[in-house]
Amino acid sequence: MSMLRLAPDTSDTLGSRVRWAVADCWTILIQELTHLVRQPSTFAWQLGFPIVMVLMFVYVFGSAMDVSGQGAGEGYLEFAMPGLFAMTMAFGFMNTAFAVAMIKEKGFIDRFRSMPMASSAVVTGRGLSDVIHATVDLAILVAIALVLGWRPGGGIAATLSAFALLLWLRLALIFVGIQLGLMVKNTEAAGNLFAVAFPFGMVSSVFAPPDLMPGWLGAVAAWNPVSSTAGAIRELFVSPAVSSGYWIEQHAVAAAVIWPAVITAIFLPLAVRQFQRLGR
Amino acid sequence: MSTSDYVVLTEGLQKRYRETQALDGLDLAVPRGLVFGLLGPNGAGKTTAVRILSTLVRPDGGRAEVAGHDVRTQPRLVRRRIGLTGQNTAVDDNISARQNLVMFGRLFHIGKAAARQRADELLAQFGLADAAEKTPKKFSGGMRRRLDLASSMILAPEVLFLDEPTTGLDPAGRREVWQAVGELAAHGTTVVLTTHYLDEADKLCDRIGVIDRGRNVVEDTPSGLKRRIGNERLEIVAADPGDLPAIEMLLGKVAADGRTPTLDETTLAASVAVSNGVTALTEVAAELRHRDLTVADLGLRRPTLDEAFLHLTGERPTDDLEVSK
Ligand SMILES: Nc1ncnc2c1ncn2[C@@H]1O[C@H](COP(=O)(O)OP(=O)(O)OP(=O)(O)O)[C@@H](O)[C@H]1O
Ligand SMILES: [Mg+2]
Repeated sequence: MSMLRLAPDTSDTLGSRVRWAVADCWTILIQELTHLVRQPSTFAWQLGFPIVMVLMFVYVFGSAMDVSGQGAGEGYLEFAMPGLFAMTMAFGFMNTAFAVAMIKEKGFIDRFRSMPMASSAVVTGRGLSDVIHATVDLAILVAIALVLGWRPGGGIAATLSAFALLLWLRLALIFVGIQLGLMVKNTEAAGNLFAVAFPFGMVSSVFAPPDLMPGWLGAVAAWNPVSSTAGAIRELFVSPAVSSGYWIEQHAVAAAVIWPAVITAIFLPLAVRQFQRLGR
Repeated sequence: MSTSDYVVLTEGLQKRYRETQALDGLDLAVPRGLVFGLLGPNGAGKTTAVRILSTLVRPDGGRAEVAGHDVRTQPRLVRRRIGLTGQNTAVDDNISARQNLVMFGRLFHIGKAAARQRADELLAQFGLADAAEKTPKKFSGGMRRRLDLASSMILAPEVLFLDEPTTGLDPAGRREVWQAVGELAAHGTTVVLTTHYLDEADKLCDRIGVIDRGRNVVEDTPSGLKRRIGNERLEIVAADPGDLPAIEMLLGKVAADGRTPTLDETTLAASVAVSNGVTALTEVAAELRHRDLTVADLGLRRPTLDEAFLHLTGERPTDDLEVSK
């Protein structure tokens, strides 16, 4: 048996360190994507909730809501679909948190950290695969929306910008997911994070305009980052929406760019610190 | 022996978690090529020691060197030379056994072809060749643990750390893991493992360090440790209290040199350390039949880890205290 006793060395030059980090990120990404390919049912499970929500809101509650100022039920599909896309991105941090809690619970993080690999890859590989996962989620939801009769009203550039904003939100929430996943004790606790995710996704303009909510709740909903993304893509899809009095709603596109940047600025360093704290 | 002959060397290792002093001045010196067992009750500090030595956790105080490098100042050099199998089985259930091993091979940067070749070697070595394409979800506990072990041996590491490698396995699974560890040690890897089981330490290890409350209790070879703990005991539980004197006399005849039987009047149990269990057992059984004595129970007992602790330290192990809390 020919056995290698020593791992090849990462020499200390920046270039070789970056090469290792990229290669390791790629290896982790392949592992994560293999999961998705082997278990396509994952998508069905994760999209089940938003799909049920959309059917319920569009066909049950939507008929009673006047979102376009043209009467109850009018244009609700156009209003709800972008909201649903944004909500799916918002809930996405749960997937990240759960996956991170899982690799921690199973001892994967320990083994990775005891190896000469770039430890950043655990996180970067995870993040990349989550963005790919989210893209597939979006594609499925768009297909369903098209079947239900939804059509984006803007041009190609506006439509693509809308999806870019959605993925931008999802990317920022990856760091929230990593931070929370490292913070919680186990996967069970990660599952309980739904108690946080649910109001975060729902107290927003996703299914109802904040104007229709009681004053303070409406303000919270309007300032929710999820609402900013939903509002911005409604603009880009040219969806009907009652213009509300909230300042942030009138600058939705800018807010949809800035909010995720703020979230990243806060949670990226937190997640890095939480990762380093594993060594204490 | 000079210090460089020790692959694992710690001096006064300290680690505190809030109000728990997990390690309280632990000294270890493991010579190259040995299988070294860390034995101790729950909370003794075994996992903490392994986590510090495998660079996962920084010690608060003291010094730790693995394969000639300081774990605190040169963790990357240590990581290139060690393997770790932690208390949890780090196996990815959603990709095949081979994909698991190839992934770790890639993360060690040994090259694509080499990673594949090494995966196949390890699958064969650990008796997993037939299950290579299956996902570990369907594996038995022993198979999962073997895959886990194989993942930590992509490089035949200089030092391999195993934290409770056989906890939760059935006897067949334990034997499989023991065999795998034995083969690895035969190829020159130094193994440091933790265990709760005296018999496991006895079978696998060249030297055993007993620790409790983060401190060394005793270090010896398995046979030396057994000598200190006491041999196997032959125990008879009398059916009638009136038979106890006769039983005591019988046990006295088969006792190991210089040992006298101990009696427990309440449980009616009498026992004595014997040097050869099976011989003593057959002799006593024959005598009992000859004298027409009926007894409630007759058997050989190994000292349990609890008894060993009582014997070595004169106090109960900490886990008993914790249970009663
Ligand atoms: N991350 C942690 N945070 C707080 N306390 C900890 C942590 N890790 C270990 N401890 C405490 O340190 C002590 C030693 O723990 P350790 O896990 O090293 O023991 P052990 O010998 O491996 O026990 P076991 O046989 O149960 O695995 C215990 O009292 C434990 O509760
Ligand atoms: Mg332990």
